[in-house]
Amino acid sequence: MILQQQISVELNMRNSPSDPPCQSALFKGGHQNITFHQHVNPSQFIVWELLQDGPICRRLFSNSGNFWHTGTISCNIPELAAEMIHSLFLINHSGDIFLEKHWKSVISRSVCDYFFEAKEKAVDPENVSPVLQTPHHYLITIYRDKLFFLSVIQTEVPPLFVIEFLHRVADTIQDYFGECSESVIMDNVVTVYELLEEMLDNGFPLATESNVLKEMIRPPTILRSVVNTLTGGSNVGDTLPTGQLSNIPWRRAGVKYTNNEAYFDVIEEIDAILDKSGSTVFAEIQGVIEACVRLTGMPDLTLSFMNPRLLDDVSFHPCVRFKRWESERVLSFIPPDGNFTLMNYHVSSQNLVAIPVYVKQSITFFEMGPCGRLDITIGPKQTMGKTVEALMVTIHMPKAVLSANLTPTQGNYTYDLATKVLVWDIGKLNPQKLPNLRGSLSLQAGAPKPEDNPSLNIDLKIQQVAISGLKVSRLDMYGEKYKPFKGVKYLTKAGKFQVRT
Amino acid sequence: MLESNKDSLKLEAMKRVVGLIAKGKNASELFPAVVKNVASKNIELKKLVYVYLVRYAEEQQDLALLSISTFQRALKDPNQFIRGSALRVLSSIRVPIIVPIMMLAIKEAAADLSPYVRKTSAHAIQKLYSMDPDQKEQLIEVIEKLLKDKSTLVAGSVVMAFEEVCPDRIDLIHKNYRKLCNLLVDVEEWGQVVIISMLTRYARTQFTSPWKEGAMFDENNEKAFYDSDSEEKKDQTEAQPYIMDPDHRLLLRNTKPLLQSRNTAVVMSVAQLYWHLAPKHEVNIVTKSLVRLLRSHREVQYIVLQNIATMSIQRKGMFEPFMKSFYVRSTDATHIKTLKLEILTNLANEANISTILREFQTYVKSQDKAFAAATIQAIGRCATNISEVTDTCLNGLVLLLSNRDETVVAESVVVIKKLLQTQPTQHSEIIKHMAKLFDNITVSMARASILWLMGEYCERVPKIAPDVLRKMAKTFTAEEDIVKLQTVNLAAKLYLTNSKQTKLLTHYDIRDRTRFIRQLIVPNEKSGALNKYARRILLAPKPAPVLESAFKDRDRYQLGTLSHSLNTKATGYLELSDWPAVAPDQSVRNVEVIEPVRNPDTLLIISGSESEEESSEESDKTSSDSGKSSSGSEKSSSESEPEQKKKKKMTKAPQKKSKPTANLCLLRFIPVFPMSLQVTTPSFGPVKTYELLHHMTGKGLSAKYHFSRQPCLYQPSMVAVQVILTNSSDHSLEEIHIGDRSPASLNIHCFNTIERLEPEASVTVSMGIDFSDSTQAANFQFQASFFIRPSVVHLFHYTFSLTALILCLQIFIITAPLRVSFSCVHLFAGRTVSSRALVLVSLELKESSTALLTINTEKSVMASMLLRDLKQALAQA
Repeated sequence: MILQQQISVELNMRNSPSDPPCQSALFKGGHQNITFHQHVNPSQFIVWELLQDGPICRRLFSNSGNFWHTGTISCNIPELAAEMIHSLFLINHSGDIFLEKHWKSVISRSVCDYFFEAKEKAVDPENVSPVLQTPHHYLITIYRDKLFFLSVIQTEVPPLFVIEFLHRVADTIQDYFGECSESVIMDNVVTVYELLEEMLDNGFPLATESNVLKEMIRPPTILRSVVNTLTGGSNVGDTLPTGQLSNIPWRRAGVKYTNNEAYFDVIEEIDAILDKSGSTVFAEIQGVIEACVRLTGMPDLTLSFMNPRLLDDVSFHPCVRFKRWESERVLSFIPPDGNFTLMNYHVSSQNLVAIPVYVKQSITFFEMGPCGRLDITIGPKQTMGKTVEALMVTIHMPKAVLSANLTPTQGNYTYDLATKVLVWDIGKLNPQKLPNLRGSLSLQAGAPKPEDNPSLNIDLKIQQVAISGLKVSRLDMYGEKYKPFKGVKYLTKAGKFQVRT
Repeated sequence: MLESNKDSLKLEAMKRVVGLIAKGKNASELFPAVVKNVASKNIELKKLVYVYLVRYAEEQQDLALLSISTFQRALKDPNQFIRGSALRVLSSIRVPIIVPIMMLAIKEAAADLSPYVRKTSAHAIQKLYSMDPDQKEQLIEVIEKLLKDKSTLVAGSVVMAFEEVCPDRIDLIHKNYRKLCNLLVDVEEWGQVVIISMLTRYARTQFTSPWKEGAMFDENNEKAFYDSDSEEKKDQTEAQPYIMDPDHRLLLRNTKPLLQSRNTAVVMSVAQLYWHLAPKHEVNIVTKSLVRLLRSHREVQYIVLQNIATMSIQRKGMFEPFMKSFYVRSTDATHIKTLKLEILTNLANEANISTILREFQTYVKSQDKAFAAATIQAIGRCATNISEVTDTCLNGLVLLLSNRDETVVAESVVVIKKLLQTQPTQHSEIIKHMAKLFDNITVSMARASILWLMGEYCERVPKIAPDVLRKMAKTFTAEEDIVKLQTVNLAAKLYLTNSKQTKLLTHYDIRDRTRFIRQLIVPNEKSGALNKYARRILLAPKPAPVLESAFKDRDRYQLGTLSHSLNTKATGYLELSDWPAVAPDQSVRNVEVIEPVRNPDTLLIISGSESEEESSEESDKTSSDSGKSSSGSEKSSSESEPEQKKKKKMTKAPQKKSKPTANLCLLRFIPVFPMSLQVTTPSFGPVKTYELLHHMTGKGLSAKYHFSRQPCLYQPSMVAVQVILTNSSDHSLEEIHIGDRSPASLNIHCFNTIERLEPEASVTVSMGIDFSDSTQAANFQFQASFFIRPSVVHLFHYTFSLTALILCLQIFIITAPLRVSFSCVHLFAGRTVSSRALVLVSLELKESSTALLTINTEKSVMASMLLRDLKQALAQA
């Protein structure tokens, strides 16, 4: 919505680009003829700038001996128009803007200064507030893979809308190039730019489905780049993607495979907080079903569970027919092509959550002398008869801890001096010989003893089991004649698994 | 390179130019060279040139005009994709001179056959409007037209344009309200967010509040509605029943499934819709979904927690069962931790306070000192809110005073000060303890607080206070202002209560600095009168501070908005209006001209929002390209004269509407279906189930079927049939499949063989049957085998026929149901499934509850049967 209000656009007149402005005024938005009256010295430059968080219009006159007294600039002062997302800046960890995209008029990158200020203040990039307010704009930022995605907003918009979109951008880049990092984006800057162009029109998301985008802009492969250089072909499709028009935008028509396969991974994460004594303060299971479906044609799949009652709260990929789930508790869907997340679920908190490991720990800092002692043992608890793998303990040490001198009975440990993070990589858990890590910590001399013990974050994996007991009973396919290969894999992981000490 | 003849070289050059733009470098001097390539055949090159143009056209307006003709040509391109992107770029070039060209292009595109192009035109409306607001009136016309569009693709974008150009023209929404509600589930996710937020505003102006039952409250006093549940219950019993507008209900019902969306923005917008629109007892359904969002990215958590914080103030009960989800982890970011703390504090009540306090004890020890300090404040708030635990909290806080960390101690002092103030009972022990600690505390706020406490309760600690003052006097000059002030205060108060010990001190240090107080307390003759009041002024009982949530005032803003997140009004924020006292006329949303809904004779009126007169007018305009379809209408037999004209309109429309393919719908002729509003989408409404095979005749296997009324997945000419097979025997059935069929030509898409069906289990399979628009029965056999004893396999054959007569009515899967009403004539148009023959039905209502029913179709058998069944159905109704 456009506000017919006076917006603070400054008109600065300077005698040379480096001089301070000598006059400024406020103007209304819209198309304006601005008349000026100014004495100008001969053989000097005069710079006219309309400012709004950076120059929006700049005229340079070289006078070359003429006297200019009055004149008119015709210019277009931007209105406060509401496009949802105005501009996007990508900023790396050290604070350099390495990519900018504007969907409307250009906003100077100086707007990011407000963000840098907030970032300075927050110390840790995680602590920067996602929503910031500046005099003319609002900044919404996400922090992912060591990159900041900063969007500039001018008017009211649901912040989650922007955040969700920015994450989609990051997901798409990840999907296209395998990772989302500065170097990858810079290597494929043109493709990224084309993607951004397609994803947003006038600040409103246009195509965010990965398969629609892939039909318009094909992801780079070595083979294709060779072919393109030889034939002069392009990476850009010239027809409207079929998905864009149909009411199943996630699937394109005419998919063909020689091997038809549908694999589902049921992955569950245990979120838990254990207290000092090892009893559970809080525990819940979050699950996700990741699918990899490569099927010819338009298959209609139905996935049913042995015990769907376990599922308490669910969210689906748009392809899942919600009505069928409501009435029959089966997942019925026409799948997207390739990898996708079919559903997320939460196992009802009434069920007791099995905690696969127990931790015996003691971390003490001595009153006398700059040192402390650490002793951690991990053992299996409820593992459903499976082996616990990829066991890892991460401890964020207090700032005062200088170094650690420890001996693990299994695996190895590292202590990062800069971030004060101790990581103990154990690997497989052997129930006969429990892994133990003990030794001494040395503290900064003179620093007060840390009064709080750091908490332990635990990572682990258990293959072939979903800790909630959820089981897929069958997968049926309709609509196509062939028999696909089907498979379901289970995996349990530790999510946010924390032991307080 | 740009001048080169080779496309590949040009492309390479353009890529570099775009690279420059991406890095924010100026590439404007290349404009003339780049613009030349706008007509390039190479699509990638073309796209890059577009990117460049959009970026620099504003600065080089004259040169940019050179490219306009290329776009104008592209707007006529047969490829919809090219038409769409040409409009996109054309409208993105911010050159004021081309406004008329843009206006023309938008108008044309809004009537385009391709929904993709129409969508682009909706986007272009916003762009044009932001460039030249004078076009508003014309643009509103286009918006009005696009709002009537039935494509899910267009809906989101046009509502976005509506929100931007004319958010106050609520009258444009009326007629489209039901349609938007029904389409909502199928709209792309971003559009859903926009539509939901628009509908929230709409509903707040159009429906009466579901919260206030009866006239107990003043409408303006919205706060009262948020009162506790118990009060609400009382209301419900006392007040006359509140009847929710069916349209209001429709909105709530149709948004509910979206809570399961994977898009967090959609979930949040549904949550706010429920919060602002749903009756109190229904709001709870959003809780689970919101808690689920907490598993998402850090930024999402931040926003969701903010919203939960606001909600939890008003309605504790909503989130109390999920309290543990708000427990803080040491790895959370500070602002997340603080928000969680806020929510936990809001949720605290007598029952759970001990758990929460135990949890808080852990937080106080956190390494993140800012967070620890926030926890102490939270404890203070709990202590004031729940009187049972005040003492426990206070003792806990006193223990914290011996904490090593300065900020923690300081914060505790401040909170203790506030707590003592609210409970001015005997707490001299605590004050003494604090006095002892005074030397160790360096944070000025805390020092000041202790001094204040001393002064306020100096009567209770008569010996210590002067000592403290003496100490202070020595260091006075080095203290910060706030401490100085409090020292002076303390001195003054002490003087009044305990003048003997303090007289000297007072004179000693305050002399010059605080003339006012000195005059007040130094008993010289002039100020005798003042002196009298001094005690009263200084020792007046202070009102206790209220410790309350920082989110208390955030309910001013609509949940989920930027304004709510920032707690300031963001530019362009639209206030959510209060509920109207009296509901505006409901009938504005009705699509029919007449409203005979409650007349039993006219039960046939389907109050679906699918169709309206305007659509036929629209189709008139596009009639030039629907020549094919009008010839189709001529084929239809036995046209009745007076309706010929109308019929022509109808037949054109399906042609047009069939392009979007999006929403295959059914027209329902059968009166057994209740007069529901959600007829338009196939998934709604009850389905009548027919028995195919009874379990007695089927030896344990029973089968029921119904028509799923959805387009058949297998072949467009097939009718989708869902068969529910149930095993009611006590042994498992195996290998259920379809065997022989008759007539042999019958085209059936069988379901895959069911390998095993356990006893008492049932399975739903879908089949496709091509009845070739005939009414003949489809006969086929079910084959199932089951083991009575291992190794002996009995094969049973079940033969049955689908009674095609019932089918006859249902074969009408109408590709685009269209109904036109002229006063009392109702016209329906549809097509048969397999031969796509047009079927036209007209129903003319006459006086004294008689009606004239005319059916036109080339299938004469079908026509007669349809006529018979319809008549029967109408008579029943």
